[in-house]
Amino acid sequence: MANLNINGKAISVDVEDDTPLLWAIRENVGLTGTKYGCGIAQCGACTVHIDGVAMRSCGVTVNEAAGKQITTIEGLAVNGMLHKVQQAWIANDVPQCGYCQSGMIMAVAALLKENPKPSDDDINEAITNICRCGTFQQVREAIHAAANA
Amino acid sequence: MNQHMMPKLNRRAFVIGTATAGAGLALGFDFPFGPTVVRAADGSPEVNAPEVNAWVVIRPDDTVVIRVARSEMGQGSLTGLAQLVAEELQCDWSKVTTEFPTPGQSVARKRVWGDFSTGGSRGIRSSQDYVRKGGAAARMMLIQAAANDWKVPTSECTAANSVITHSPSGRTTTYGKVAEAAGKLEPPTDIKLKDPKDWTIAGKGVKRLDTADKTTGKTIYGIDVKLPGMLNAAIKDCPVFGGKVKSFDEARIAGMKGVKKVVQVGDSAIAVVADTWWHAKTALDALPIVWDEGDNAMVSSETIAKWLAEGLDDGQPAYVGNRNGDAKAAIAGAAKKIEAIYSYPYQNHATMEPMNATALYTSDKCEVWCGTQNGEAAFAAALEASGLPAEKVDVHKLMLGGGFGRRGMTDYVRQAVAIAKQMPGTPVKLLWSREEDMQHGKYHPVTQCRLTGALDADNNLTALHYRLSGQSILFSVRPEALQNGMDPAAFQGVAQSGEAAIGYSVPNLLIEHAMRNPHVPPGFWRGVNVNHNAIYMECFMDELAQAAGQDPLEFRRKLMGKHPKNLAVLNAVAEKIGWGTPAPQGISRGIAQVMGYGSYVAGAAEISVTDGSRIKVHRIVASTDPGYVVNPAQVERQIAGSFVYGLSALFYGGCTVKDGRIEQTNFDNYNSMRINEMPKVEAVMVPSGGFWGGVGEPTIGVAAPAVLNAYFAATGKRIRTFPLRSQNITFA
Repeated sequence: MANLNINGKAISVDVEDDTPLLWAIRENVGLTGTKYGCGIAQCGACTVHIDGVAMRSCGVTVNEAAGKQITTIEGLAVNGMLHKVQQAWIANDVPQCGYCQSGMIMAVAALLKENPKPSDDDINEAITNICRCGTFQQVREAIHAAANA
Repeated sequence: MNQHMMPKLNRRAFVIGTATAGAGLALGFDFPFGPTVVRAADGSPEVNAPEVNAWVVIRPDDTVVIRVARSEMGQGSLTGLAQLVAEELQCDWSKVTTEFPTPGQSVARKRVWGDFSTGGSRGIRSSQDYVRKGGAAARMMLIQAAANDWKVPTSECTAANSVITHSPSGRTTTYGKVAEAAGKLEPPTDIKLKDPKDWTIAGKGVKRLDTADKTTGKTIYGIDVKLPGMLNAAIKDCPVFGGKVKSFDEARIAGMKGVKKVVQVGDSAIAVVADTWWHAKTALDALPIVWDEGDNAMVSSETIAKWLAEGLDDGQPAYVGNRNGDAKAAIAGAAKKIEAIYSYPYQNHATMEPMNATALYTSDKCEVWCGTQNGEAAFAAALEASGLPAEKVDVHKLMLGGGFGRRGMTDYVRQAVAIAKQMPGTPVKLLWSREEDMQHGKYHPVTQCRLTGALDADNNLTALHYRLSGQSILFSVRPEALQNGMDPAAFQGVAQSGEAAIGYSVPNLLIEHAMRNPHVPPGFWRGVNVNHNAIYMECFMDELAQAAGQDPLEFRRKLMGKHPKNLAVLNAVAEKIGWGTPAPQGISRGIAQVMGYGSYVAGAAEISVTDGSRIKVHRIVASTDPGYVVNPAQVERQIAGSFVYGLSALFYGGCTVKDGRIEQTNFDNYNSMRINEMPKVEAVMVPSGGFWGGVGEPTIGVAAPAVLNAYFAATGKRIRTFPLRSQNITFA
């Protein structure tokens, strides 16, 4: 049993302590916007915010996440208003298949919180998510657009 | 090893009549029923009436629902096909939404939606004619319905933006108001399509229709399916292809949390079914399984390479795919002979979403929910695996978390149904781990190539002998498509004619394929055989130019006089990249061209190299002539994406075989490009009209050779074995 706080709601999940947060979010809480891509914290498809920091939820156990503020892609919009990163993603038509984009958007939202006007080098350093469709050119444009929004 | 050591195939190709395109469609996959067995048209359970015709549904609120039979895996065909229908329908684009008909509905309606297959860059080009006619027919019927209502001739009525106007009286009505009446009319037979130069929705870079939900996590992929009472399955197939399950010790995981059942799937795989996938996977990892690995366990990359190398020998049998003159004689008498051997490894598709499918089986019905590139092939797989007749089976298609050719195969669908069949009444979602996905791919085939060129005393290319040795995809996947044993697709990009023809005229030419099929299952991997053929041909063209002491662009141009469309795209990239003008300090350039999937493409790269081993790709210019461009914004994205996929494979990819199995397991040892490695990609579209070429794949062909030729320009070194990481070369 773990007591999680996801998108501002307290949720108890009946899982073993070492269950990856990713699977508790997807299977026990039922929020499927957070994606499984590799399970070894390589691809970033499962990125969520834990206390405001972008983390790969496949590599975090529910025990480690308990008591912390967890935000998933479903909780990024506030009062029905999309986050500026989501808005920039729509304006720049970023996604192709879209599978990696939840994690990409969460990683970018965390970056902009830390660094509101990232340079290209800052983006290269901070954004390490895999996108097999190859949307990186639009991702970069949309990050700058969101930073300037 | 011999070329016949493949799993036994039990396949039949059927010709299914179609009510759409007029012609019978020859299907290259299992379809265990003939055209007479399809059900009478019975409507479809998911139709939101009124349906004007199979392609167009218009709701009373004027929402336009356009049915799209092809799959959406990121390539944008969903939007492009909707644009083509909407263009002829003359509807309000802002009110367009889409839905996927199911293959079961299609079969029940005599295949009214035609082919569902979404591969070979065919999504738009092979259905553009009949989907446009579907839109035009719907428009004509809507106008007719309004005219009938007003008791005026249709010739006095026009339609635009979902509004029908009777010009003499100025009366108007909307599509939503007349749709129900329109749906009851006889469809027109004389349908005229717009000239593409008059397009207002098609041909424009309109925004994709599927973006918003992909930014909020709402899009449902196969992996996200939830059904009442659903259980989850994890699976392990014998790591050695062709091996079998010998035994497994179920007692060892008895009592593990959440485990419901352990099932054998076919003769080679074991699945654990549990309440959650995490429980299923945890238990599967703890389950002792003994495999009967068979003789394939002795195969390695080294044994495959040795076998393929033997196939490069002229004494070995080979299929001739393209020949003119007498290349061998011309080479024997040449002033100068140049020879090189290249090789290209296995590649995994590594879609971001691992393979998965959900199945619900009862004795009376089998339903499948999955991402698939070919709804009808998934349907046929579900039919076969369930043993039920067509009217009791259906497949619900979802968005694909990447396809790249992998989801044209149906192995995961068969597995899901086989598992569900052992748990009647309980829906089961089968999800592969990334490790399972890496080790049970349908891999880009492995090949080697020996190229021999002859130059005369004036350094003109007089002969070229291109001898390919290696794996045939069709031999394994679609053996009925072989032509007297030859795989015609093996010559993609270097063929004599057709949609992937060679772009050079060489007086004496011999292109042949010594087919050698290792046990590793091959599949259609974005670009398919164009990938290695374009690398071999385009890198060797650079070698020939160097031997001739000529500029690589000028050397090619001399061979392209009879190939104006190939030359036009090559010239377009040369001009844009500034070929012939000094490159910036430290920058080197490479160039390449090929034809594939009916489109003419070229690419040029600007790179810098540090210490001979670290490459920074600064800039890519890529050009395509696909005949027509339906959505330039999406074509641009497909071009950039194809470079990411092709360069990821070139630098980081490569699947190796040891003890009969694939060694790579996850993204830590099968890496993929990240944003810091992404060059600036500039797309140059030069659609010349009069033909319809593909978009998703062709440009991947020039990605690797453009960069490799630039690497030679920078270092004077030719790389002929891939991936680059195996040569200790990586991104800077």
